[in-house]
Amino acid sequence: MLDIRGLRKTYQGSGRQVEAVRDLTFTVKAGELVCLVGPSGCGKTTLLKCMGGLLSPTSGEVLLDGVPVTGPPPGMAIVFQEYGRSLFPWMRVAENVELPLKEKGTPKAKRRELVTDALRSVGLPDAADAYPWQLSGGMQQRVAIARALAYEPQVLLMDEPFAAVDAQTRADLEDLVRLLWQERGITVLFVTHDIDEAVYLGERVVVLSASPTVVQDELYIDLPDERDQLHTRVSPRFTELRTHVYEQIQAAKRAARADASALSAAPDGDGRPAG
Amino acid sequence: MKALTRQVLFAVGLPAVLLGLWWAASDASTDPFWPPLRTILRTFPSVWTGERLRSDVVPSVLRLAAGYVLAGLAGVGLGTLIGSRRGVRAFCEPVLEFLRAVPPPVLVPVIMLFAGIGDTMKIVVIASGCVWPVLLNTVEGVRAVDSVMLETARSYHIGGVGRLRHLVLPSASPQIVAGLRQALSIGIILMVISEMFAANNGIGFTVVQFQRSFAIPDMWTGILLLGLLGFLLSVAFHFAERRVLGWYHGLRASTRRS
Repeated sequence: MLDIRGLRKTYQGSGRQVEAVRDLTFTVKAGELVCLVGPSGCGKTTLLKCMGGLLSPTSGEVLLDGVPVTGPPPGMAIVFQEYGRSLFPWMRVAENVELPLKEKGTPKAKRRELVTDALRSVGLPDAADAYPWQLSGGMQQRVAIARALAYEPQVLLMDEPFAAVDAQTRADLEDLVRLLWQERGITVLFVTHDIDEAVYLGERVVVLSASPTVVQDELYIDLPDERDQLHTRVSPRFTELRTHVYEQIQAAKRAARADASALSAAPDGDGRPAG
Repeated sequence: MKALTRQVLFAVGLPAVLLGLWWAASDASTDPFWPPLRTILRTFPSVWTGERLRSDVVPSVLRLAAGYVLAGLAGVGLGTLIGSRRGVRAFCEPVLEFLRAVPPPVLVPVIMLFAGIGDTMKIVVIASGCVWPVLLNTVEGVRAVDSVMLETARSYHIGGVGRLRHLVLPSASPQIVAGLRQALSIGIILMVISEMFAANNGIGFTVVQFQRSFAIPDMWTGILLLGLLGFLLSVAFHFAERRVLGWYHGLRASTRRS
């Protein structure tokens, strides 16, 4: 479904080259829910933008159904972390959800149906006439998810979507994502820096190294399909898996530090002293 | 209800006090250039109703409207073009800063040379002064469109006209409206000035005529009328803004609360 092959992205910034992503290769199968987790500043957003066709990689390629991604592909929707800057504040909730469909040329009756259905799916059937800024942060992110759902994508990319909401709202939204994924059979790629979230949500977790990013580890999450916040998170297997991911991320950070001190030329980067 | 009463009292309080002071200070005046307010107010209705309303006030206001609308369209159109292309912006900015620095009244004699002394000249003068705040504010507004919103639009294939209509212009609208507000006061000034140079009707022309024919109370009524006109236009503008930018004020209020 989604193939990332030898992806590399360097930025040319004020005289020096920054290598954000070094060499990434992994695959997401159709209908899978894959979580990408990695330390902060490891180029997750860069990677996601490359997959979404918003950035072109320096080398390597992203294939969607075997077709190279050169611009935003039609069957893909992105949910951004900054919901407040992704929804248009001059449009009501329903208009926000409807706009991409309008631009796509979906007939009016069908649009109305999709919008109502999407808002119901995210638990906001009565918010259609509100403005986004009249809603709480969690509800705004639900609207952004509804907009993505109404677009009927095959692949849904989510870029740390719950990083800015409080813990309880976050738990609800995580369950919402799992539910929607199960109901609709969409392929979901979920980027996060939260290890627990990655293990709780994913069928598979891809652990990324610190920047310059490579795939540190990939593991299959063999938790039961029916998960809930209360029991899944305290099950022994959950603890094992999260410990494993945590170790991998620590290893990635150590490697990055060793790398940085070996070079001893790059004082910034991710090599902050442990503390 | 009580709050509303207080608001109204606050709004009319200072004007009432000032008019009262003017009334008291001028009441005993025998200076022909400084007539009592009583005389001015008594003269007002006979001067500005009937024939003169049709022959002078309406033409002035129509020219103002034409120049203002022209400036608005040109300012928003060019501003959007300049603001959305970095190359065009770098190319145009020095020239724009220069043109903006030229005081528009000084253009009146120049514009007269090729546009004559008719309505066209006055409309061009008004438009050429009003266009700058609209243009420069639009450039700023268009330039400041949020990067996440732009990426959202790209990922959902909202491009071309849809992008302009649903993203760029609404996002820039607070700045565009700020520019339009500045342009309105400039427009009124230029309306009067253009009529003082060469004209055979209009409010500015009439005020100058009164002054030259020593109809001093009548001249004063012209000044009151201009003040009143400016006030009414700004009230109308305020209501239009509340309508168009309702979302913006709501958004700001909600960010202040949180």
